[in-house]
Amino acid sequence: MTRPETRLILPAPDRHSIAGKTGAPDEHAELVIIGAGPAGCAAATEAARAGVQVVLIDENPVSPGLIGMDVPFHFGGRATGAVQTPERLVEHVLESNPALAEAFELGVDVRLSTSAWGAWVNGPGMRSLATGVIGLADETRSWTLGFDRLILATGARDLNLSFAGSDQPGVMGAQALHALLVRYDAFAGRRLVILGSGDLAIATAELARSRGLDVVALVEARDTPAGDDARLAALAGQGVEIITGHVPLAAEGGTDGVTGLVLVETQAPGRRRALACDTVCLAIGAVPVIELFDVLGAARAMIPERGGHVPVVDAHGATSLGHVFAAGDCTGLGGDAAAAGLSAARAALASLGRPAEAPEAISRPAGPDALAYPLDWTRALLATGGPDVMVCLCEEVTRGELLAVQPPRYLGWSSNAIARRNLATLAQDGPLDQDQIKRLTRACMGACQARRCREQVALTMALGAEVPATSIPLAGYRAPVRPLPLAVLADADETADMTENWNVWFGIVTQWISYDDIGTAREDEQIRAGMPY
Amino acid sequence: MTNKGTSVVVVGGGVTGLSTAWWLARSGVDVTVLEKGIVGFEASGRNGGGCTHYQSPLFHEEQRLWPQMDELLGYPTEYRRERIVFQVDERKANFADGLSMRIPAGYEWEVLDGRQVRERVPLAGDNAVCGVHLHFGGHANPQRTSQAYAWAARDLGVAIHQHVAVSGFETAGGRVVGVETSAGRFGCDALVIAAGPQTGKLSAMLGNPVPMAAARAEMIVTEPLPLMPTGGVDGNGLYGRQTLRGNLAYGGGPHEWYDDTPLDRPPPRPSGSVLRGLSRRLADLLPRAAHARVIRSWAGVIENTPDGRPVIERLTAPDNVTVATMSSVGFGLSPASGHAIRDLVLDGVCSFADLSKLSSARFKELSGDWRRDLNWLPPQPVMPDAGASL
Repeated sequence: MTRPETRLILPAPDRHSIAGKTGAPDEHAELVIIGAGPAGCAAATEAARAGVQVVLIDENPVSPGLIGMDVPFHFGGRATGAVQTPERLVEHVLESNPALAEAFELGVDVRLSTSAWGAWVNGPGMRSLATGVIGLADETRSWTLGFDRLILATGARDLNLSFAGSDQPGVMGAQALHALLVRYDAFAGRRLVILGSGDLAIATAELARSRGLDVVALVEARDTPAGDDARLAALAGQGVEIITGHVPLAAEGGTDGVTGLVLVETQAPGRRRALACDTVCLAIGAVPVIELFDVLGAARAMIPERGGHVPVVDAHGATSLGHVFAAGDCTGLGGDAAAAGLSAARAALASLGRPAEAPEAISRPAGPDALAYPLDWTRALLATGGPDVMVCLCEEVTRGELLAVQPPRYLGWSSNAIARRNLATLAQDGPLDQDQIKRLTRACMGACQARRCREQVALTMALGAEVPATSIPLAGYRAPVRPLPLAVLADADETADMTENWNVWFGIVTQWISYDDIGTAREDEQIRAGMPY
Repeated sequence: MTNKGTSVVVVGGGVTGLSTAWWLARSGVDVTVLEKGIVGFEASGRNGGGCTHYQSPLFHEEQRLWPQMDELLGYPTEYRRERIVFQVDERKANFADGLSMRIPAGYEWEVLDGRQVRERVPLAGDNAVCGVHLHFGGHANPQRTSQAYAWAARDLGVAIHQHVAVSGFETAGGRVVGVETSAGRFGCDALVIAAGPQTGKLSAMLGNPVPMAAARAEMIVTEPLPLMPTGGVDGNGLYGRQTLRGNLAYGGGPHEWYDDTPLDRPPPRPSGSVLRGLSRRLADLLPRAAHARVIRSWAGVIENTPDGRPVIERLTAPDNVTVATMSSVGFGLSPASGHAIRDLVLDGVCSFADLSKLSSARFKELSGDWRRDLNWLPPQPVMPDAGASL
């Protein structure tokens, strides 16, 4: 056929792009600090003393809804009814954190029970902002807070490994236990088995005992304990059994959750023993909370001896982003968090052009390999518990389904073709990527935003494909980094330009002309009619 | 061209390139796909999953193929038939008129009033004004479908090289004979460029620039909700669907134009600029889901040609090259676009549709300042970059 003379019709100039549609933030502060732990409080105090206007954000006390979803920690249904009224917990949160009370006294604008669910600065792909912006929310609404400088002091969260029955109330994380005991005074358990025997497990056991709780045992997957001999001996002297070479096979329970834990010997899986308890506390490891760094696009690195994926920071806590600083466990586990907070505050003050003492260089201690230890645990749990244990609780993905890269069960899909595919064959196709595995298996795609399974899935992927755990790229974090209702996130005050010029796609009117009508009178008719909807 | 022993290199492991590779392999052709990252990891796996494109010359083939794709590929796509589009704004009460002039004859659809919308969309509310129910079209899972193409292509012997960036082409005798990459040279008898936003730049290396500009667009996802009878539900300035898992996955609203996208790595794709606007419109569209928690957002980077229409053409020089950009509407049409490109590569002409109006020749008189004229430029920064450099 002969080619028709094609008449080029271009659309009207674009009025649907983001340019000019982003409103000014609802409020603004010179310095915003996220996280009111030791690092964040030290930073806030230092900056307030220098006369800077500081807003200090902390999500504690967390709403009961989030606690129920194991956000931000793995609370495991062992909070008392006290968490149902977070406003009553505020006093306890302040009492348990004298540094926060001090910041408050110094005039720091402290916002408790406030979630920071996003953070953005101008950069590649996002150049429309007039200032750095934080997305904030409480239980009823969301809003934005502009900043000149930002210090992230978001701490660490729980590392979760699963076993049969671990989805029931009573299986929880060490960070969650610490929060319920120290910050909320709202822990419902009495009798604990603690998983792990390193410093975290020992500190958890010591804390629990100091609060009058019964610690039955520390359980260690390796054949020798991981932590300090003297402290372990002291615990043993107080009746805490130190059990090595065992991992949980199953948590037993009833309507109120855990009533006991069955252990299995890693070298002799036929040999089991049962411990009576109402709580199993996972104290195998912690994970730096890097969600907002990732949303911001800050550079990060995999550093096993600092806890895994951490932001790249200099000796004073400066990140790769000019206006963003970091301090404390979120930059890597361990070290003096308050000193790091002080240093980050001074670096932020200097970058604001404020007089400040020279920040001290913070030494960030190299701890033991934070991947090797949970990897040993994961291997032992997989070898003894088998493929049917859930690796992702929200999406109900088993270890076996993850290893086989099975499509989700609700598709009811099986074929010879899919049966030939697994983690090992995918690894042959190219380096494994956890975001790809997420999309295929749905592991880590659930409502807890993968707080309960992200590390476990990465470790299982490494085992399944026989590749180093350090080679598995981070499964990315995206806003909102807290699960918030549509009605809460909804922007009640969007700009008129956004409202008037919102289009379902690019608003290119010529794009939607029926092909057969191109070059005919009907094309003009459709262009006059505008976008179909 | 005889098929046996013919080697085709496809640049771009998105749905268009992967579908092309699969179609070519079904015809016995030896195919190699070169992908700078992971298959389906850019716009192909980051979209609304719609399969209802009645403006396209590929529409009939799109509609014919989707119901068969699970079986043809041997892997799941999560395709489901039908769509309901409805409005909650009285000013859009007549929006069905705009569709009636566009939907081709032979496809069944009906206009709904607010009550009928509520009957068919359990999450809709009293604010539903009007809607349409299309008894054709549908939606699929972009991520699962991308991998399905890749696996099905591999099953037919296609070599897919991930993390391989193309840097140039080797020509001899008016034909492309090799592709230069970060992993060395790949020889070829024919070349397909289906590289999304990078297509224009790659085609320009062969003396055939295809004007296009890339932009970032965003979507949000909620926690799962009980399944509605029809998942392909949108409107109120949103596109998207309820996934088979129950999540609401919706996009729409302002995009951000990019200067350029790199050939050798993923483009930056932050998200969050329209997250609250999307949340507001989704809560308005589906008020009975207003309590649902948003658990993710994401952005994809897609290209558009100046008139927003695809370019799908076999070049005249070099004459063994086929170039394809779907101009920001590629996922749903991919079963058909791959078929069309296969035909162009092997037979020089599409066997099932006229594509003559999709030649890049239409842009030959285009102004060099077309991006400025169309206002397709990145926002003027109001503050200096505080972010990392590209």
